[in-house]
Amino acid sequence: MERSPPQQTLAGRLAILGTLGALAFSVSAVAQQELDHAKADAEFAKFRAEMEDSNPAELFELKGEELWKAKRGPKNVSLAESCDVGLGVGKLEGAYVINPRYYPDADKVMDVERRIVWCMTEKQGFKFGDIAKKPFASGNYTPEVTSLVTFVAGHSRNMKFAAPIKDPKVREVYEIGKEITAYRAGPYDFSCNTCHGSDGKRIRMQNLPNLSTPEGSLKGVMGWPGYRMTGGVMLTSQWRMNDCFRQQRFPEPKYVSDTVTALLTYMTVNANGYTYKGPGIKR
Amino acid sequence: MTKTTILAALLATPALLGSSIVLADATHRTKAIETIKRDFQPRGQADLDRLAEDGVQAICNRTGNNPSGDIVKTLEADQLAGVKYPADNKLMGDWKAGEKLAQSGRGFTWSDKPGLPVGGNCYNCHQISPKETAYGTVGPSLLHYGKLRGNTPEMQKYTFNKIFNSKAYNLCSDMPRFGHAGALKPEQIKDLVALLLDPESPVNK
Ligand code: HEC
Ligand code: HEC
Repeated sequence: MERSPPQQTLAGRLAILGTLGALAFSVSAVAQQELDHAKADAEFAKFRAEMEDSNPAELFELKGEELWKAKRGPKNVSLAESCDVGLGVGKLEGAYVINPRYYPDADKVMDVERRIVWCMTEKQGFKFGDIAKKPFASGNYTPEVTSLVTFVAGHSRNMKFAAPIKDPKVREVYEIGKEITAYRAGPYDFSCNTCHGSDGKRIRMQNLPNLSTPEGSLKGVMGWPGYRMTGGVMLTSQWRMNDCFRQQRFPEPKYVSDTVTALLTYMTVNANGYTYKGPGIKR
Repeated sequence: MTKTTILAALLATPALLGSSIVLADATHRTKAIETIKRDFQPRGQADLDRLAEDGVQAICNRTGNNPSGDIVKTLEADQLAGVKYPADNKLMGDWKAGEKLAQSGRGFTWSDKPGLPVGGNCYNCHQISPKETAYGTVGPSLLHYGKLRGNTPEMQKYTFNKIFNSKAYNLCSDMPRFGHAGALKPEQIKDLVALLLDPESPVNK
């Protein structure tokens, strides 16, 4: 697996992250004023170049690794010794890209984030309500689950998506996901497809992938979890779906719900055969 | 007949659901709707009632945004009938106020403060004034809109109606129904009409 050797000390890289965070703040201020996003894009390109090989996501992978291996929770077990994310307990190489998949022990199709939450509640004994209280990063806060997902995803970098669509249970969830992308409701009559249903569309300067094409769906899933410049935080696909429902003017999807799994199943299956590039950096 | 009764009548028409492909999709659609109904929680101003379809949304959702037959004309007329005009009945206001409104992307998300004022969101989807280069492309370019189409009373009325309720002319339009949804008041829509039609507006320079 390709992975750039650590070229800087952790402290040095954290310092760079600090700079990134400051930039992220100015970028989001720019966004607030709804000024030209092209400027932010250029700044982003510059900073990405300055980051060179060091990928901020790797810091969260390290944090995730610690959490994965530690005996934790009321049951004092580690995820490494109890959690099957698709290839068997403790097996991580290539696991991210074969999700979402059907898990007989839970009798559910799950994406990786949902699976990790399931392991934390079922195997380690954490309370779902506690985990779901603040599921996404903001400010200096990064949820443990986010680091864990980033850690697991890091073991599939540059591997091809292969969500098991031949499994009838996965197929069923895929079809439901496809229908959810078409469902228009709310005060603005929006569905996912309003913004993501055809090629070459933008909201302001933000490009909107056409999720009904393999290439568009690939754009939708290949970069997450990602360290997002706007806000300077590490975010997962679960967050991306949450924020799109916000823009859709819908109420909030419950954390790790069937709806979100169905959308992730739809996009990942569409992207099958293409290469997963995350976890990395997002604008 | 209300929209809902029209809808009920329509859904009872087997012709609409004639092919087995449509039926297969309908099964998954039903499951999708059940899933959605289970999976959301209210947040901020965004309550669960937003998940319910109104008549127009239901027709569009059930026909892949491509309904046919008399129902389309009937429902478009029904949408048009709901348009409210400014008290003074003038349809062109102040293009400068219109530009400000067109710029603002606020409104109706769970992170927006409830109540007005809500922005127009117009630049999210349309090119409008040549001075604003950060425009979206979900809708067609409106650059030179008035210059190309004129600003006759008919054109003013069409433009006002279109912004108040885009579905009055195109039942499954991707554009929100700003007046119908209570996002923009008739007086604000008037300013947007001026932005698009006033010869002094940068749109028409
Ligand atoms: C009102 C507009 C709007 C709606 C509705 C919407 N999105 Fe988005 N979506 C966006 C914007 C804006 C972005 C951010 C693009 C960027 O950052 O460059 C985005 C980004 C995304 C991405 C990430 C793309 C990337 O580059 O990584 C995915 C995946 C996605 N949306 C899926 C969905 C799904 C699924 C739905 C429906 C549940 C949906 N969106 C509804 C506007 C919308
Ligand atoms: C989410 C996307 C979206 C937003 C936001 C939006 N529109 Fe549109 N608009 C469209 C689309 C798509 C069309 C073309 C389809 C149609 O005519 O229904 C359109 C069509 C129009 C037309 C008719 C053009 C013609 O050639 O007849 C006008 C006028 C218009 N929009 C004005 C506005 C104004 C003013 C605003 C802001 C208050 C606005 N739109 C916001 C998507 C949008």
